[in-house]
Amino acid sequence: MRANGLSRGQTVLRGVVLTIGAIVFLFPFYYMVIGSLQKNPDTTVAGAFPEPVNLTFGNYTAINGRINLLTGLANSGIFTGGVLLCTVVFGVLAGYSLAVLQWRGRGVTFALALLVQVIPFQLLIIPLYVLIARDYGLADNYLGMILPFAINSTAVIIFRQYFLQVPKELFEAARIDGAGEFRLLWRVALPLVRPALVTVLLLVFIGPWNEFLWPFLITKEASMQPLAVSLANYISNVAATAANPFGAVLAGAVVLAAPVVVLFIVFQRYFISTDIGSGVKG
Amino acid sequence: MSVTSASSAGVPLRRHPLHLRIFGKNPLGWLFSAPYLVFVLVIFAYPLVFAVYMSFFDYFFAAPGAQVDRPFVGLANYAQVFTDPKVIQSFGNVLVFLVINVPLTVVLSLLLATALNAVVHARTFLRVSYYVPYVTASVAVVGVWLFLFSGDGLVNRLLGPLAPSPSWLVNSHLAMPTIALFVTWKQLGFYILLYLAALQNVPTELYESAATDGAGRARSFFSVTVPGVRPATVLVLLLSTVIGANLFTEPYLLTGGGGPNGASASPVLVMYQQGIEQGHPGYAAAIGIVLVVFVLIIAFLQNRFAGGRD
Repeated sequence: MRANGLSRGQTVLRGVVLTIGAIVFLFPFYYMVIGSLQKNPDTTVAGAFPEPVNLTFGNYTAINGRINLLTGLANSGIFTGGVLLCTVVFGVLAGYSLAVLQWRGRGVTFALALLVQVIPFQLLIIPLYVLIARDYGLADNYLGMILPFAINSTAVIIFRQYFLQVPKELFEAARIDGAGEFRLLWRVALPLVRPALVTVLLLVFIGPWNEFLWPFLITKEASMQPLAVSLANYISNVAATAANPFGAVLAGAVVLAAPVVVLFIVFQRYFISTDIGSGVKG
Repeated sequence: MSVTSASSAGVPLRRHPLHLRIFGKNPLGWLFSAPYLVFVLVIFAYPLVFAVYMSFFDYFFAAPGAQVDRPFVGLANYAQVFTDPKVIQSFGNVLVFLVINVPLTVVLSLLLATALNAVVHARTFLRVSYYVPYVTASVAVVGVWLFLFSGDGLVNRLLGPLAPSPSWLVNSHLAMPTIALFVTWKQLGFYILLYLAALQNVPTELYESAATDGAGRARSFFSVTVPGVRPATVLVLLLSTVIGANLFTEPYLLTGGGGPNGASASPVLVMYQQGIEQGHPGYAAAIGIVLVVFVLIIAFLQNRFAGGRD
């Protein structure tokens, strides 16, 4: 690309630097998979490129014996699914009303959505724990897990941004045809913002699936813990007693990481900088 | 504002003047936003007030409905925050973390985003590689870092005689820098994404005129790109500071609960230990409030010096 005044050598150099960077970023993931398949942990350089005969799925069986991977995945799925459902239903409604409808309090509500992102979650964990776990008795309960994340404010702001971009005439025309607001939202607005919906779903999915601190505080029963929590407990408590602790930990890590990484690669074209940059704050 | 736009749109106002005055042109807006407003009140506003309230009491946990004495202690919790060596140490640790993590994040993410923005071949592959750590759970990648940085892990094998002793995560001088490095690597993709968005808004004409004036690559990077993405830089500074102050998972897992000897304990980790494990939520709330004030001061200073006058 001569347009930006780079010599051929510079372009090649940039490509080399970026490729080395990408390898640094990807190597731990490669090593995660390799480590999870090794019979015995081999930390030598040669161990990073093992012979296929030395590989085994034994670590996956081992970690599954300690923490139930399926239960963990199901709990993570319910936690994430609940957040996604609430964010999509209530977030779309709020975003639509903020962008399209004219009502008193609209400005204040939008300001709140911005303000909420500045409040650090660490200040809220203690009072939220007291309220949700102690006062409402929602410890070891999906509702208690989902509640603090239920409606993602970033999503509300991105939805608003997208609904603002829908031409006003479309709404007016539909209203003249006698369509109610719910119908308008469902039939006119939503189909037009479908790409945004995918971006937001992807962005919101990452949050609860990877969240550790809150579900860790609120779940004590192993059968209720999302995979991130049960794997973390395994790392901090029992890893020392397993025959191949690293292998087992890495096998669990692969199971935890795989759904998000696969989803992300499949839908990566929706993970576009301009979409997220318009609304993202935290 | 809603009334003027309503009348300009030619909607007959006379029918429901009172209800229009209270709810605006479209009261359905209230209904649509009501769940979100309730959520903000219950999850953010009330706990925020509750945190401040709790920090003035010797608060403790009780079964739902049980009446227990929770004496008012005034500023005692705050006095304890400023004298507790564990808390002071944790604030020092997070400062070390921020001093390493924040500048590294800003510089690396801007440089990588600029390079990625110009790249033509393998664009998708390169971007995806840089985003992947960001989308993956910390708990999962912590497992690999433990493996890589353990005493006889791959990193030390590669370093050979240069390997630090005691090893990275059990060395009181290196534990926090290693965590800072981990978080930089983990979060960088997100900031690259923000910078990539900001770079789209830098007008191409500026680069062209810089080139006409004979500016080289480095020169146009510093006099066009850096000022052009300044709003994004302010955002990256703020977000990386807030996320850094939120640090919990990494010291909890990478260094086994802030070890060695509290050298990598973060304030949120101390909050967890004090508030939940030892049952002093009032004290933990006070630590939280001091932490937030600490973050606000840093954010204010950053804004003052990096925000510019425009």
